[in-house]
Amino acid sequence: MKLFTELFVAIDRTTKTNDKVAAIVDYLRLTDDRSKLYAIALLIGNRPKRPVRTADLKRWAADMGGIPQWLFEESYHIVGDLAEAIALMLPPGTSAVDYPLPSVIEELATLPELNDEKKEEIITNYWRHLGKDERFVFTKLITGNFRMGVSRQLVIKALAVYLDIDEAAVAHRLMGKWLPAKETMATLFAEPERGIRDFQPYPFYLAYQLEGAPELLGDIAEWYIEKKLDGIRGQIIVRNGQLFVWSRGEDLLTDKFPEFGPLKDVLPDGTVIDGEIIPWRAGQPLPFQVMQTRIGRKALSPKILREAPLAMVCFDLLEWKGQDIREMPMQYRRNLLETLLSSTAIPDVLLLSDLMPFNHWGEVEIFRQRARDFRCEGVMLKRKDSAYGSGRRKGQWWKWKTNPLTVDGVLIYAQSGHGRRANLYTDYTFAVWGDDGTLVPFAKAYSGLTDKEIAELDGWIKRHTLERFGPVRSVEPYHVFEIAFEGIQESSRHKSGVALRFPRILRWRRDKKAGEANTRADLQQLLDAM
Amino acid sequence: MLEFTEQGIYCPQADLYIDPWQPVKRAVITHGHGDHARWGMGCYLCHRHTAPILRLRLGPEIAVQVLDYGESFTANGVRISLHPAGHIVGSAQVRLEYAGEIWVVSGDYKLADDGVCTPYEPVRCHHFVTESTFGLPIYRFPRMEAVFSEINTWWAQNASEGMNTVLLGYALGKSQTLLRHLDVALGPVFLHGAVANVNAALIADGYRFPGEYLSPETNLQKRRGYAVVAPPSALGSPWLKKLMPYRVAMCSGWMQLRGARRRKGVDRGFVLSDHADWEQLNRAVTATGAEHVYVTHGYERPFARWLHERYGLRASEVHLQGAAAEEDEP
Repeated sequence: MKLFTELFVAIDRTTKTNDKVAAIVDYLRLTDDRSKLYAIALLIGNRPKRPVRTADLKRWAADMGGIPQWLFEESYHIVGDLAEAIALMLPPGTSAVDYPLPSVIEELATLPELNDEKKEEIITNYWRHLGKDERFVFTKLITGNFRMGVSRQLVIKALAVYLDIDEAAVAHRLMGKWLPAKETMATLFAEPERGIRDFQPYPFYLAYQLEGAPELLGDIAEWYIEKKLDGIRGQIIVRNGQLFVWSRGEDLLTDKFPEFGPLKDVLPDGTVIDGEIIPWRAGQPLPFQVMQTRIGRKALSPKILREAPLAMVCFDLLEWKGQDIREMPMQYRRNLLETLLSSTAIPDVLLLSDLMPFNHWGEVEIFRQRARDFRCEGVMLKRKDSAYGSGRRKGQWWKWKTNPLTVDGVLIYAQSGHGRRANLYTDYTFAVWGDDGTLVPFAKAYSGLTDKEIAELDGWIKRHTLERFGPVRSVEPYHVFEIAFEGIQESSRHKSGVALRFPRILRWRRDKKAGEANTRADLQQLLDAM
Repeated sequence: MLEFTEQGIYCPQADLYIDPWQPVKRAVITHGHGDHARWGMGCYLCHRHTAPILRLRLGPEIAVQVLDYGESFTANGVRISLHPAGHIVGSAQVRLEYAGEIWVVSGDYKLADDGVCTPYEPVRCHHFVTESTFGLPIYRFPRMEAVFSEINTWWAQNASEGMNTVLLGYALGKSQTLLRHLDVALGPVFLHGAVANVNAALIADGYRFPGEYLSPETNLQKRRGYAVVAPPSALGSPWLKKLMPYRVAMCSGWMQLRGARRRKGVDRGFVLSDHADWEQLNRAVTATGAEHVYVTHGYERPFARWLHERYGLRASEVHLQGAAAEEDEP
């Protein structure tokens, strides 16, 4: 674990991507093969499940540190990160033993089956024998919010350097939920034999938001234009009579979507389709909230399946008859996709993404502005001759989203953030004016301000606190912020009666006084207009 | 014997204030940092080595009376003396004794020996006023020697890669500690003007520190691998550009937290403080034998509660107006 800890510290210390890549390559060169696999899994976010309750962890740490629970909590709020707080509050350790990373992770995986006493014994034993940084990394593994501070793309880059193979190939091999215990470096990175890794999806090709004028993209005739739907991006894979449905977040969702079950008997072997999975009825998409009502559930009742029926709106074909066709032009892939979907036996859970028949960029712009009327969030622009790339690349595919809805809200609560924003008040709650002149909270948001603005606001919050509730402070209703969001829904769970989709801070309205913020009635109007 | 008033800590019997933040007639000053030594006092009373700092920062015309550590005077029956606080050069705890009752106002202090200022000495008392800048158990600092050795190793590594090393620390206190422990065999050391000014003010009292003032005329063109000591305010200023290519480190107790380290946007954060950490605060408070403890400057509430629960002391939190939560820990 010492080498891995050094890697973590090296990555944590620098903001320069080249240094991070170099640190990973160094680590790969120094460590053994089994540790490599576990480290790679951690680096790309395949982390172990949290094996113990947070409350237990806090209690054991406080006991070992000889401090009362309230003082532990108070200190934890200042640190903002549980693993770091624990590492700082334990009495100095010995750091005498170098535990191999794989055995640590495998032992942690056995913890859920043990009784509390045994769990405490194992974890405190590690704590006693690890140095400060090692303790932090070890505890991070337990708390389950393990993030290494490198993007997947950087890990891919480092592996490509180390293995001396193509980045796209590395990206492909890392897809899906593979288990470090079940792989070797050879099995994970060799060209897979057919039938061995049937489950493996392709890296999703992602589009950047179009910032400039669309005219800069050239002749509109060279572009496919599609609606950008608000669902879950996914891949449907049929190989050797098996079906796999992956989300972009690389969750295997096959069981969540029984609608797609019949596809394994209908789609030819060696088919991979890329599209948007979305609740759909009577030729229309349903709001995203309908999807949310079923995505979190373990058991899917017939009622849920009836109320939130899903379909995939297909827009690309990545594999056809077992051949990877991502390098072929989009036009070719699209034609094959159309042929596939128009062949008779395909159930109606696979829909074709419509091409929008625009002749001028001006028409696209008008459509984009009114996108919500057409139940989409904007348009996708894809070059007809584009290959299906890997990761986020500029130039070939663009998303062009409609402008967000906005409301001016008053800051009423603030909570300190985590990680880089620990000990800074960065999580805000905003309110609008209710009919009776009281402030009604309607949105929480924590992104959208610059570091400088955050620091300024943090100072103000600390000086203008009205009350404290644990880590939360209520503040004088003074500052007004323009809150942007993508959608608005009626909600009985929220005080304001509405739930917002993707709320974020668009700008600090220093020109407005609290009294000039929007009202609950304004929100109702937005809701009625949807 | 002492009151916590709008102007500062006040002794009515002796009619004088300790570290007041509004102009008063007579002020005892624990040390030269800006949040303790303010402008406009009729007369300043401080340790001999604090006097040149006050003149540097508040002007040569101020009226200053000096004392040595352990030397005492009497004001209307109150016997007053200064004792080493170990915080920075000239820093002092103020001991006041009247009718058998002893109070100690510690100002800022640390127990670790920084090799520059006179090390902290515990003073027995009945009432102890303590700071609590790092009064939480998350602040257990590494040994200073270990940090100095890390700093020198880092400087050597930077130099070997052709990079200059910029060390940021408060101009009064932290900078002198750094300069005392930098391994000057590694290369030349340059000083920001603010640091050079403090060093110059301390020369008359026999303090000598390595380093050459980095003036606008200093030619650095052919130099590589040198170290520069500068105050934190230099971060992000155009002044730094001249030192390219460089790596920059913040030296502060706040660097103990990863979030603070990352927020500063520096290459390294070294945990180096003029203040007592959690262990030292506990040791200091218990060593005084005081039954009444007044906690100021920092985590007043939790530290006071801890002292009460853990040691059964009558500990209370005191919120001094002048003590804003400053990130630069002056």
